[in-house]
Amino acid sequence: MTSAVSILPAQQLQVLNDAYRAAVARKRLRMTLATAVFFAVLVIAAIGAEVHPVTFVNKIGNFVSYFDRIGTLESGARVWSDIGEWFWGWKKWLALLGETVLISYVGTLAGAILAFALNFLAAENTSPAPWLRFTIRRLMEFCRTVPDIVFALIFVIAFGLGPMAGVIAIMIHSVGALGKLYSEIVENIDMKPVEGVRSTGASWISCIRFAVVPQVAAGFASYTLLRFEINVRGASVMGFVGAGGIGQELVVAVRKFFYSDVSAILLMIIVTVFLIDIGTGWARGRLFGKEARA
Amino acid sequence: MTRLLAPDSGDLRGRYPEVFDRPASSRLAIPAMLLAAFGIFVFGLVELEFSPARMLAGLSQLGWITMMMIPPDPGGSLPVYLVALGETLSIAMLGTTLAALLALPVSLLAARNIVPSGIFRFPVRRFLDSIRGVDTLIWALVWINVVGLGPFAGVLAIAVADFGAFGKLFSEAIEAADKKQVEGIRASGGNALHEIRFGLMPQVLPVIAGQVLYFIESNTRSATIIGIVGAGGIGLQLAEQIRVLEWQKVSFLILMILVAVAAIDWISSKLRFAIIGKRAVA
Repeated sequence: MTSAVSILPAQQLQVLNDAYRAAVARKRLRMTLATAVFFAVLVIAAIGAEVHPVTFVNKIGNFVSYFDRIGTLESGARVWSDIGEWFWGWKKWLALLGETVLISYVGTLAGAILAFALNFLAAENTSPAPWLRFTIRRLMEFCRTVPDIVFALIFVIAFGLGPMAGVIAIMIHSVGALGKLYSEIVENIDMKPVEGVRSTGASWISCIRFAVVPQVAAGFASYTLLRFEINVRGASVMGFVGAGGIGQELVVAVRKFFYSDVSAILLMIIVTVFLIDIGTGWARGRLFGKEARA
Repeated sequence: MTRLLAPDSGDLRGRYPEVFDRPASSRLAIPAMLLAAFGIFVFGLVELEFSPARMLAGLSQLGWITMMMIPPDPGGSLPVYLVALGETLSIAMLGTTLAALLALPVSLLAARNIVPSGIFRFPVRRFLDSIRGVDTLIWALVWINVVGLGPFAGVLAIAVADFGAFGKLFSEAIEAADKKQVEGIRASGGNALHEIRFGLMPQVLPVIAGQVLYFIESNTRSATIIGIVGAGGIGLQLAEQIRVLEWQKVSFLILMILVAVAAIDWISSKLRFAIIGKRAVA
C-alpha cells in the first residue's frame, strides 16, 4: 500500500515555517554570542599567558631538535645502535619504576578506601544531613584542589625525603578526586531499590549496602582503576620534589643534559604506563563483564 | 483476601541453578581479588618504609606546620600573587582549548565505530597513550627548552598533555554513542561526513563539552604546579615560599588557589548544566 505524504496548505505552512525560523534564529543568535564571548576570553588569556606565536614559530625547531638530541648517545651514534649503552642504568631505573608503581598503588588504594567511606555522606541523595554533606564536600574540594605535588612538597618537609611523602600526597589527592566522582555516580543511581530496602525498615547502612553499592560498584571500580593510571603518572614526577620514585633520576638527567638518559627513562615510563593502561583496561572489561552477567 | 504464596525454594533452585549453585570459582573470585589487593597493599607499606614511628613524627611535624600557617598572610606581595594567579588561569584556559581543538579530529580516528580497521586505529591509540604517559610537568620541562621560561611553555605543556587525555576520552565518548541515529542518517542517504556531523556529533558534543569544562577546572590545578619547574603561574611563588618555610605566605597562596578553583568550578558547572539541559529538552 502506498500513501501520499500530505502537504499542508500554503497558509498553514507559512505560519509553521515562520515559527521555525524564529526559533532557529534565536538559537543561532545565542550561539554566536557565546562564541564571541568565548573568543574574547581566549584573547585575554593569550595576553595574560604571554603567548608569542612568533617565538613559537621561530623556536619550534628546538622542539624537534630536542628529540633529536635525546635520541643520540654521547658518542654521537643513534641510541638504538647500542641498547646496552642506552639503557646502562636499567637495573636502578627498573627498581625506581617499581617503587613509582607501588607508590601510586598504595596511595590510590588508601585514597579509594577513604573516598568510599566518605562519598555516601557527600552525595545529595544518600547524605544523612545537609551540614555533613557540606563539610565533607568542602574537605574533598580542598583535597583535590591542592595539587598532589604541592602536598608532596609540604610532606617532604614534614615526613622527610622519601616515598612516604609521595604516598600520602597521592592518597590525599585521590580522596578528593575519587570522592567527587563516586558521589556523582551515587547521585545518578535509580532510587527505587533504595526505597524498596528502606520500606522494609532497614537502617541507613543497610540501604547503602544492599541498594546503593550493587548499583555503583562497577562504576567505582572503573574510576579507581582510571585513577590508578593517573596516579602512576603523578608518581613519576613525585621525585622532582624528592618524594620518591623515578622522577628524581629524570629531573637530574634533564637538568644535567644527559640526553640519552632522558630518552631511556622517558621510554621506560611510557612503557610502564602502557602496561598499566592495558592491565586496567583488561580489568575493567572483566569487571563490567561480570556485572553484566550477574 | 489473598495470601502470598510461600516461595517454593526447591522449584526456584531447579529453575535458576546459576543463581543458587554458583561454582566455587565465581563465588571466591571477589574475596580472592580483595585479598590479593590487600596483600600488595601491605607489601607496599613495608617496601616504602612506612613505620608507625615515622608516621607519628611526621604528623606532629605537620601539626606544627599547620599551626605556623595560621593566619594566612601575603606579607605585602599580594599584587605579585594576583598577577601570577591570572597567569595560571590563562594557562589553564588556553591549554585546554588548544588541546580540545587538536584532539577532536584525532579522536575520530581512534574510535572503533568510525575507523573499523585496527591497522589505522592502533597506531593512533598508541600515539595518544604515549603522550598521555608523560606527565604535564615533564612536558613543561621539554617546552621550557623550546620556548624558554615563562607561561607560554606552560600553555604548550598543558595542551600537549591534555591532547593525549582528550583523544582517549573523546574517542570513548564517540564509541559509546548510539548507533541508531547514525544508521538513520545513512538510511536517508547521508554520506560518512553527514553521519559524523548529524548522527554522532549531536550525541557526543554535550559529553565532550562536559569533559572539556571539567578539564579546565582540573587544569587550573595542573597550571598551579607547572611553575615548580619554571613554566609560569602561581606555582613558582608557591614552591619558593615552601622552600624558604614562609608558611603564612604558603597558606595564603593555597587559599588563593582554592578560591580560584572554586570560582572556575562554579562557572563550569553552570555552563555544563546550560549545555546538557538544553540538549535534554531538544
